Amino acid sequence: MRWFWIDRFVEFESGVRAKAVKNVTMAEDHLHDHYPGFPVMPGSLMLEGMAQTGGILLGEKNAFEHIVILAKVPKITYHRWVRPGDQLIYTATLLDARDEGGSTEVTAHVREHDGTESLAAECEIVFVHLDDNDPAMGHVDQKNFVFESGLLDVMDVSS
Amino acid sequence: MPTREEVYEKVKDTLIDALSLDDDEVTPEATLVGDLGAESIDFLDIVFRLEKNFDVKIPRGELFPENLASADSGYVADGKVTEEGVAMMREKMPHADIDAFADDPKVENIQDLFTVEMVVKFVESKLG
Repeated sequence: MRWFWIDRFVEFESGVRAKAVKNVTMAEDHLHDHYPGFPVMPGSLMLEGMAQTGGILLGEKNAFEHIVILAKVPKITYHRWVRPGDQLIYTATLLDARDEGGSTEVTAHVREHDGTESLAAECEIVFVHLDDNDPAMGHVDQKNFVFESGLLDVMDVSS
Repeated sequence: MPTREEVYEKVKDTLIDALSLDDDEVTPEATLVGDLGAESIDFLDIVFRLEKNFDVKIPRGELFPENLASADSGYVADGKVTEEGVAMMREKMPHADIDAFADDPKVENIQDLFTVEMVVKFVESKLG
């Protein structure tokens, strides 16, 4: 399994706001176990999708100079099930960005059949920056992660 | 300029939000780490919230200095902060009660400097 929990960005306003989508499908193995006979998108993976949306929003502001690590989720609320066939829309707003890290507010909406969107989850996420030269980090290179893992394709919002 | 009581109440609310506390857990003397269970990452969250709630800018390391008296700082001997180290802390943390710390300057006591009262004094100095 590859650790991409967003399919594509649909809006990206540098340093301000980012919107990404994630389509939930029965092709995802884990949904057959979570739960047998009643597949729902795990809340933890929605949080990961929200963190990827917010983390990339923060990272891009600094041209991916820092390693952005999810540090804390001060609050999160889930409002409804998300089922196969649903499209999740993650909207991240940058609340703070500074040398040490940043914080974001992220919502997850599901688009209904009639085109309206209903709130599925909302949270606040605090990220910290680690530097490449931090001895505790070994040699993680955030740029390589973003540019060589294919994440850039996810970021193409022009199409 | 808000009164000390007003600042205290707002700091209290900030800590309740950042550390998911109950109302009665926060007292002026409470230490952030020992009594209120703050971890290092919470300090950044607290700084974010203070900036927002009080509309002030808090530069990195000003409220919660980083690597105070770490092993390679040259300010530690036999598990205690040296006199030079204590002097440095007085300069860097005028909002903290360094006098009390100087009586027993063990490195592990540094975290007890971070009290609710210390945050209140710091915010007051920022607002003043």
